[in-house]
Amino acid sequence: MEKLTYEKPYIKKLHAGVMNKFGTRTGIQPVKQIDGVSVKKLIEGYGSPVFVLSEKQIRKNYRSAYRAFSTRYPKVQFAWSYKTNYLNAVCQIFHQEGSWAEVVSGSEYQKALGNGVPGNKIIFNGPGKSKEELKIAVDNNSLIHIDHFEELNQLLTLSKELVNKPRVAIRVNMDTGVYPSWDRFGFNYENNEAWTALEKIVTSGKLQLVGLHCHIGTYMLSTAAYGIAANTLCDLAMRCNTLLNHKIEYLDMGGGFPSTNTLKGAYLPGADTVPTVDDFAEIITSTLLNFGFAQEDLPLLILESGRVLIDDAGYLLGTVIANKRLNNGKRATIMDFGVNILFTSFWYEHQISPAQDFNPHNENMIIYGPLCMNIDVIRESINLPLLNTGDHVVVHKVGAYNMTQWMQFITLRPAVVLIDEQQRTHLIRTNETLHYTEEPEVMPAHLRPSK
Amino acid sequence: MKIKSDIATSENGFIFNPATGDSFSGNAMAAQWLLAMKNGKPEEDIKKDILEKYNVSVEQLERDWDDWIVQLKEANLLEN
Repeated sequence: MEKLTYEKPYIKKLHAGVMNKFGTRTGIQPVKQIDGVSVKKLIEGYGSPVFVLSEKQIRKNYRSAYRAFSTRYPKVQFAWSYKTNYLNAVCQIFHQEGSWAEVVSGSEYQKALGNGVPGNKIIFNGPGKSKEELKIAVDNNSLIHIDHFEELNQLLTLSKELVNKPRVAIRVNMDTGVYPSWDRFGFNYENNEAWTALEKIVTSGKLQLVGLHCHIGTYMLSTAAYGIAANTLCDLAMRCNTLLNHKIEYLDMGGGFPSTNTLKGAYLPGADTVPTVDDFAEIITSTLLNFGFAQEDLPLLILESGRVLIDDAGYLLGTVIANKRLNNGKRATIMDFGVNILFTSFWYEHQISPAQDFNPHNENMIIYGPLCMNIDVIRESINLPLLNTGDHVVVHKVGAYNMTQWMQFITLRPAVVLIDEQQRTHLIRTNETLHYTEEPEVMPAHLRPSK
Repeated sequence: MKIKSDIATSENGFIFNPATGDSFSGNAMAAQWLLAMKNGKPEEDIKKDILEKYNVSVEQLERDWDDWIVQLKEANLLEN
């Protein structure tokens, strides 16, 4: 006789009270495949945990964002934010789509060159550029976004010994009406510091002032802030034209558009609350178009979006190590991935789906990682079906920042797999080994183990 | 491990503790285990029955039994 299907026994306390006005949560579905590739096979082939990226989704996101701007404004250019995810395969997808590179360090700059990006299509941002790095950027005709007067003075000095005239923009910070106001990047608009810098650049005659840049925040939930920022850059560009007789070629609105992840403490899911790229495009482009530029003088609009273009194309697949109950009876599930590789779990409530069929009973639980650290909490409270040791799960929307901010800590960093548009899988970063992590270490002779 | 004698249970998994006023809902397996325990069936016999009737390994059953007892304790349904 065939045996009956077993399910773990489970009781749940019933609470009398008012109904949740949003209704009960329904529809947790198993996610057994990503872009047609079985989760089980991905784990069998590449180990657990493993990051998976969908090339199809990345391209779709890029094209959709580009369309949102290019259908509203005649001159649009995206520059891929390397710090968001600088795996070379990922960068190449964006470069194939037409993105320039936006880098914020010497090593990222070298990565962009290595990826075949022409020097004049690399935007060198960030507050920490060394003299040597600036020299290389000038030699390559890259766009240097000046962050502070030290850097400006350094470029003026460098310009005396270099053949190329540095192509520069200034980074402008301002009050966009959001809290916290980011005033750490660039020159302030309200106290006239930005204008002083622009005057200094133009009157020096040693630098080519080509653009204006701002980076007003991250995971911005207000489109109005971008309207204010665009208006500010337009004002500076117009004043450069009329007062300094100098035409600004481009306005760079930076990044900061949110993905649909849900922020911790948010009342509603991110997908229901964040503005779309179209919303941001509408306010930015309408500000530029209505500011008063002659049609032929409209500046190129540059966007340095990162998160919104890749977050939902990334998945983390993992496995249940164990279940336990805490002293208050709450269920805790330990996964084989921790906060060291899922940095974004500090500010997002990541959606987690079982990767196999499950029984209909859900239980509220806490999801821990495998690290022997109290901070290793992936989800403080989540309703999930009862998971067994060895079951697989899929963590959603992890494409941004995790594969750059991850760290080798207690556990090693896992492999990253790309699923291409033909549903073929490609290993784009192998999992780390102990040898890899120990390679840079040097052992003094007197501490070497005796044989 | 004995279930409190005054706990009311139904076949479809509803549990009521008259001493505290707490009520619980359980899945089919919970209802079955609870009923068996309430009828005074020893732990070994309950496990044996489950292994005979259901597709579950001994290891899994042992793990789930331990978790089941923790759940009952937490719900204050066991005799002290």
